[in-house]
Amino acid sequence: MAFGAFLQAPAPGVAAAADPAPRRRSKVALLLLLPGVLYLAVFFLAPLVSLVMTSFQEPVEFGDIGQYQTAFRWENYLAVVETYAPHIFRSFSYAALATALALVFSYPLAYFIGVKLRQAPFLQSLALVLVVAPFFISFLLRTLAWKQMFADEGWLVGALQTVQLLPDGAHLTGTPFSVVFGLTYNFIPFMTLPIYASLERLDLRYLEAADDLYAKRSTAFWRITIPLSLPGIVSGTLLTFIPAAGDYINASRDFLGSTETAMVGNVIEANFLVLQNYPAAASLSILLMAAILVLVSAYVVRSGTKDLL
Amino acid sequence: MARSTFAESGADLRLDGITKRFPGFTAIEGLDLSIAAGSFFALLGPSGCGKTTTLRLIAGLEEPTAGRILLGGKDVTSTKPYQRPVNTVFQSYALFPHMSVLENVAFGLKRRGFKDATAKAHEALRLVELDHVAQRRPAQLSGGQQQRVALARAVVNRPALLLLDEPLGALDLKLRRQMQLELKTIQGEVGLTFLHVTHDQEEAMTMADTVAVMNKGRIEQLGAPEELYELPRTAFVANFLGNSNLFTGEVVSADGDTIVVDVGGRRLAVPRVRAQRHAGEVTIGVRPEKLVLLPDEPTPQTGRNVLGPGRVIDASFSGVSTQYQVAVPGIGIVAVFAQNLGFGPVMQEGAEVWLTWSVDHGFGLSDSPEPPATSAGDDVDTSALALQRRERLQAELEEA
Repeated sequence: MAFGAFLQAPAPGVAAAADPAPRRRSKVALLLLLPGVLYLAVFFLAPLVSLVMTSFQEPVEFGDIGQYQTAFRWENYLAVVETYAPHIFRSFSYAALATALALVFSYPLAYFIGVKLRQAPFLQSLALVLVVAPFFISFLLRTLAWKQMFADEGWLVGALQTVQLLPDGAHLTGTPFSVVFGLTYNFIPFMTLPIYASLERLDLRYLEAADDLYAKRSTAFWRITIPLSLPGIVSGTLLTFIPAAGDYINASRDFLGSTETAMVGNVIEANFLVLQNYPAAASLSILLMAAILVLVSAYVVRSGTKDLL
Repeated sequence: MARSTFAESGADLRLDGITKRFPGFTAIEGLDLSIAAGSFFALLGPSGCGKTTTLRLIAGLEEPTAGRILLGGKDVTSTKPYQRPVNTVFQSYALFPHMSVLENVAFGLKRRGFKDATAKAHEALRLVELDHVAQRRPAQLSGGQQQRVALARAVVNRPALLLLDEPLGALDLKLRRQMQLELKTIQGEVGLTFLHVTHDQEEAMTMADTVAVMNKGRIEQLGAPEELYELPRTAFVANFLGNSNLFTGEVVSADGDTIVVDVGGRRLAVPRVRAQRHAGEVTIGVRPEKLVLLPDEPTPQTGRNVLGPGRVIDASFSGVSTQYQVAVPGIGIVAVFAQNLGFGPVMQEGAEVWLTWSVDHGFGLSDSPEPPATSAGDDVDTSALALQRRERLQAELEEA
């Protein structure tokens, strides 16, 4: 159900064109589905089953490090929650904060491109290209570039220290600030594009009608514009929050984070690749997935977008 | 305007030298217009004549380039739409799709801080007989129902002036008639000033007390529907409001109560008081239903104009009447609407006929007809569009 929110719903004002085609299920349609179903079975379902099984494994007695055998050790879950509760909490807080910030930056941007630039289609296309432009450079390189700018020797830290906004000896890299900043920065296009898509179809005559019905501009914005662009807001926040909660690049020590900012993703990475504690890594992954699924479902139901979809 | 109070009654509207220019063209040029409080006023004209712009200026959705708008004596030219005691029934209805019908209707009242907004909204919905669909979304209603919701949403605010922007354009004929009656009833009940913009001359004539015919950003003529129809002053009005037979010629005598015009060698008389110009080349006209077809040459009579002999080139029977096209040498084609008092068409195609009409029924115009087919393009587009919309709506209705 959460994934339904990614689909672009028809503009609420436009009555959905009734589908004249009869709802017959022909064999061809089923055959066409087959590659997709096979793909999901091999690359999604099988790994998922394997992951669930790994999460219940126990260490082989007197075995080497990294040797595990099939078991049903559900205590693995208790253990990782006990050990990594702060990281889980941190992941969701950072992701939530970054999502909120990205929304604050993206909405005005999307509104400007989708509504104000309607009269200038060329500028509108140009602005969209600029929103997507960061994707032309690798995500890792861009994050590294920010690390350079935030570095202790960088001009930014120096300037902030000169104006006494940052105490001497303080850092920007490795702080929650830089991690949330990195997350926000990296996910702004994912927030902007869906919001743009719903604002671009916003029928301005509704705003005229609101104006005619004694609504001030601010009232019209909260009562008409926001509700009508809600599908875009929901898609954007999901596209930002879900990957941000599992992100391990921004928060890693090699990029903008430090051990104090480690998120679930970093812990999973460390358990899989460094500590070779596969059951812990697997159970953390399952927990992360379940938590995101629950949060997102609650969010989609709460925001009432099912009504608009 | 004061919150939580209704306008006491309809207000009068005055437009004072309104001009509206858009980049590249002038929509309205020096428009003066007065609408009395409590009246039902129709602004009639082809698409592109500036009538919708006029409406948007009054609503405050556009700003005039020059001129003043006075509502109930108060200058509202520079106020915002939400500050004006004016509500609009939009051509597209513009019902908020994410709100229920009830929320839509209560929207304006809530913005103005009415405590009993919901109760009043229910009352307005009862007025348009739609209270039973109050909880539905606009998209779940038929076109006619949506139109009534749009009307309720505007009327519930008791605006001093209600603007209607071709709200019946998308409805089929039967619904249209029904809505026209309902609108008229509601206007009588609530006593508001109505300003109705339309390109449908029949709609304007059946509903409005006063009709203003607009063309190219100016008002051509203004008056009661009967007056406009029976005594058009310009060629545009004569042809836009119903059909007219127009004849152009020199005035040969203007003594006494009638002026006599020489049209292609024939003398046609028009009452002096019904003619705008009394000398030089003038255009006179007569409505097709005022003409009588005769199979033989009539004896000349004072007080009747005679044309003929002519030949019937087309007779099309339409039930209540038969429309004849008669070719009169030296004059051109003359249209005649004859009521079917007997059975079927009386004259056959090819018959030789004479046309007569009472001098009193003629009228003299202040201008002459423009060469045809210059402004026809726009109007064809409008009707084609309206037809498309109507067809689409009908298709939707049938599916529902």
